[in-house]
Amino acid sequence: MTFASIIIQLLNGLAAAASLFLVSAGLSLIFGVTRIVNFAHGSLYMLGLYGAYSLIQLFGRTPLGFWGAVVLAAFVVGLVGVAIELLVLRRIYKAPELFQLLATFAVVLVIKDVALFVWGAEDLVGPRAPGLSMAVEIMGRRIPAYDLLLIAIGPVVLAALWLLLTCSRWGALVRAATQDREMVGALGVDQAKLFTSVFFVGSVLAGLGGALQIPREPANLELDLSVIADAFVVTVVGGLGSIGGAFLAAILIGVAKAFCIGIGTVHWFGVEIAFSKLTLVVEFLIMAIVLVVRPYGLLGKPPAVQRLAADPAPPLEVPSWTFALVWLAALVVVPLLADRYVTILLTDIFCFALFAVSLHFIMGPAGMVSFGHAAYFGLGAYAAGLLLKRAGLPMEAALLLAPLVAGAFAVVYGWFCVRLSGVYLAMLTLAFAQISWSIVFQWDSVTGGSNGVFGVWPAPWLAGKTAYYYLALALCGAAIALLWRVLFSPFGYALRAGRDSPLRAEAIGIDLRTFQWKAFILVGTLAGLAGAVYAFSKGSISPSTISIAQSTDGLIMVLLGGVETLTGPLAGAAIFTWLRDEVARRTEFWRAVMGLTILAIVLLFPQGLVGGLKALVGRWREARS
Amino acid sequence: MLLVKDLHAYYGRAHILHGVSLAAAAGEVVALLGRNGAGKSTVMKTIMGLVPAASGEVVFAGRRIERLPPHRIAQLGLGWVPEDRRIFTELSVMENLAVGRQPARADAPSWSEDKLFTLFPNLAAMRERPGGRMSGGEQQMLTIARTLMGNPRCVLLDEPSEGLAPIIVEQMARSVRALKEEGLCVLLSEQNLHFSQAVADRAYIIEKGQIRFGGTMAELAADASLREQYLSV
Repeated sequence: MTFASIIIQLLNGLAAAASLFLVSAGLSLIFGVTRIVNFAHGSLYMLGLYGAYSLIQLFGRTPLGFWGAVVLAAFVVGLVGVAIELLVLRRIYKAPELFQLLATFAVVLVIKDVALFVWGAEDLVGPRAPGLSMAVEIMGRRIPAYDLLLIAIGPVVLAALWLLLTCSRWGALVRAATQDREMVGALGVDQAKLFTSVFFVGSVLAGLGGALQIPREPANLELDLSVIADAFVVTVVGGLGSIGGAFLAAILIGVAKAFCIGIGTVHWFGVEIAFSKLTLVVEFLIMAIVLVVRPYGLLGKPPAVQRLAADPAPPLEVPSWTFALVWLAALVVVPLLADRYVTILLTDIFCFALFAVSLHFIMGPAGMVSFGHAAYFGLGAYAAGLLLKRAGLPMEAALLLAPLVAGAFAVVYGWFCVRLSGVYLAMLTLAFAQISWSIVFQWDSVTGGSNGVFGVWPAPWLAGKTAYYYLALALCGAAIALLWRVLFSPFGYALRAGRDSPLRAEAIGIDLRTFQWKAFILVGTLAGLAGAVYAFSKGSISPSTISIAQSTDGLIMVLLGGVETLTGPLAGAAIFTWLRDEVARRTEFWRAVMGLTILAIVLLFPQGLVGGLKALVGRWREARS
Repeated sequence: MLLVKDLHAYYGRAHILHGVSLAAAAGEVVALLGRNGAGKSTVMKTIMGLVPAASGEVVFAGRRIERLPPHRIAQLGLGWVPEDRRIFTELSVMENLAVGRQPARADAPSWSEDKLFTLFPNLAAMRERPGGRMSGGEQQMLTIARTLMGNPRCVLLDEPSEGLAPIIVEQMARSVRALKEEGLCVLLSEQNLHFSQAVADRAYIIEKGQIRFGGTMAELAADASLREQYLSV
């Protein structure tokens, strides 16, 4: 690389960093005060981009029209954020944090379909900025003038935010609430109003980040999750709650990605490495390295001890043998009575039930929330497919080896993850899932890239839908039973002790990290089994099995059913899979229907479905006695 | 000014307060005495709305407040100074005070930063210092000053002398008397009998979530067996 091309890539990176910084600063601000990981933040960015597109068409392609549209779009997105806060989140601030997370997933689904309804499925390419469409020549290369403007906008917004946070009472309230919001309330500050205002500012930043991208990036429906993943990385690398850290991290990641694209393909020692395809890997590698070296990010501080009077999770109830046997008997009989469709749907449900139960194991009793559990499901599925198609193994061998491959990845990923806790851990799991996804997605020659792997069919003796149904029931059922059994072994008790009181657990001689690492490996292996069973039931594998959407589906299943019960994840997986199937057959807008259903459940049953039912039954019994 | 009647409160399933009743008038300092874990802090948190009242009444300035959220209670003029101070460590002294600021009210003394700096001269010298870089005594002064910024009519002071050097405890006692002279009603929880005797007019003794004694400080001073039974360690 010449010096000139280094400078050019640096400028490219800085321009890309601007929007990344805006959206991450908003996320960080909202998380700091409300402690809500707002998954819908990427959706707000997407709305900003779409909104600016439409408003520019309305106002005309003049400088005033363009900038008016950008600012108005950001403002409107701010109001959307306020609406989300008022209508949904305000009602569930007292619910467990994970339930708030579930609500923001639901909002993601709804916004995606609103965008689909209003703007359609096609990518929309926005206009260049009027008056700034020319390029500036720097060191013999041409740089768009708009990019130079973006480079300036980042520091300007940083300075404005810094002033707002350090020189106004609102800023003092925000910083105080980030540390101890109960105390702020006891001093007479209405937290609800403060939260609403923070949501407004954070959402405006997301909307502005999106709207400013209009000349650089087509508006499309995939942006919500890809942007939230980027924003998570930036926030975590910079340090949660640190605006300056978000700025640094945005620049670091923007520039690193620009260099990857700039380097292109190189040959080292006869190996061809396509750096331009490694942008996602590099981004998440930076995150993994930073989190291991500085667990709270570049400028972050260890999180303040939260003073939420959250009740400890109630003890788990063991499902009774009769309960399990009745269900098992019913499921054994089903294929004899029901039609082919039900058999196939139930086979899907078995796979997702194991997926959900393994996720529940790690996030409930083991206390480590994973945003990237699809990594193991997807790696299991791909391992099964590739062992069959590329390695030429028999199906039975592929099915048995695939979980071990997923487990091997869990050995590596888990080693890093158990070094963190809380939101940082959750985001690191997401990072590893995204690394896996991007490798699978971009390694065309082995994984088939975006097309996936085809012809992954089971051996002839299992080819019938009924035969495969029994295989799935046996394997997934056995794995679920194993996970439940482990929970009531000393190993399971140690994990729960570590969740409820990590210091105490360490003090009585439990090597918590090792226990958590083993738990990671166990659930990774069994989620891989779920993926492998799923792959052979479908006959093909696509990268979506390893996507963020797959991970969030798992979280929805667990949280919908109720994280505090053992059977909740089963109910959640069954209801989610069935509902999605039913709704998707009837309307193109199945996501919105799912999202609104989830929101209704969240608002009505803040303990999850099974938890809510148990509470109802308990109240009924109390009333009778 | 402040009247608590038959208050019950729970932490989860644990029944902590078993029918607490007490009263405090304007211009009066009332001590709530008891050993560790007797329920002193819970009484204050329940009055403040931070722990839900399961049953009973809290009347403040003629108004029932036991169902109000904490910020509404604070806005009515009831200030709370937590036992563990809960200073905003990232914020400077001036910013900590700014967070506590509420509009002036006609029926209570108004406080400004400057007036508070005359009450707590140590703070005046460290206006821009982050709360996290102050000594325990300085933090105790700041937390009281921060609550006074809300111009309260009544202050709940949770163990203001805890963990402080004797010279700072003396200064604290002077400050509490100054609040009384301003006409505030002060409810003070203490394990330190000497501190209470230096500032309080009346006292209640709480044990296992129940009030065991209510009377003047003089009555308490005269009854050695009472002190022996409920207060000595």
